[in-house]
Amino acid sequence: MAVNTEAVGKTYPEVTYAVGREKVREYAWAVGETNPLYVDVDAARAAGYADVVAPPMFAVVYQGRAITPALFDPDVGIDFARMLHAGQEFEWGPLVVAGDEITTTTKVAEIGERAGMGSYAFQAESRNQRGETVCTGIWRQLVRGAES
Amino acid sequence: MTLHEGDTIGLTVTPDPFITVRYAGASGDFNPIHIDEEFARSVGLPGRILHGLWTMAQVARAHTDAAGGPEGLKRLSVQFRGMGVIGEEIVVSGTVREVADGTATVDSQAEQAGHRIIRNGVAEIAV
Repeated sequence: MAVNTEAVGKTYPEVTYAVGREKVREYAWAVGETNPLYVDVDAARAAGYADVVAPPMFAVVYQGRAITPALFDPDVGIDFARMLHAGQEFEWGPLVVAGDEITTTTKVAEIGERAGMGSYAFQAESRNQRGETVCTGIWRQLVRGAES
Repeated sequence: MTLHEGDTIGLTVTPDPFITVRYAGASGDFNPIHIDEEFARSVGLPGRILHGLWTMAQVARAHTDAAGGPEGLKRLSVQFRGMGVIGEEIVVSGTVREVADGTATVDSQAEQAGHRIIRNGVAEIAV
């Protein structure tokens, strides 16, 4: 399928996400996490954290909001109904805890073709309120051609 | 907890009928293929399917459980293949490929009913 690579390198306005204690607990419950660090404030504080710790994969929550505008960007041109989440990569820095404010910037990292499908990669970089990089994510999508 | 070359990690989990609804709310991903049976069938799926990132979270959990907590998990990359379904047991498995310079590299996958729904998982854990 034909892809337009002009959007490679395009960046999107940063998105700031305030990490809430109950959101962390809700997420932990939904993915089956029972480590007290994620749900018990006293246990988290005893371990040296300011509040409950977000499981590493909580990155999908604060980065998901930031990459959505790129996925729907007409300049990128993804047909959402034909999109498949093909791969995901996260690299983590310091742990995120409830009370943190996480700011994420997104850019279009790659657009290409693979086996007749459009291949897209978006890079999201998230920093906490101290400027530390807490997570870099690569979100890989494939888009089936209209003929397949 | 210390990880050594050749150590295996893993867990099993059977997604219950409402897991995709809870995960949609928790994650913010309300794509109807995960939460609306009728819509999912209308686009040719066998029914509601799991969120790939929920399944990846099970892979991540196998690593952080083995490492004794979330502090050590520095990197995880996976490929999604096919689709995860509700009600069938998922087996997450991984093997420590090597331990070098304070980092354990772990290869992993998630299998459901004979299909590898997550493959080429690679993680780095500080040890």
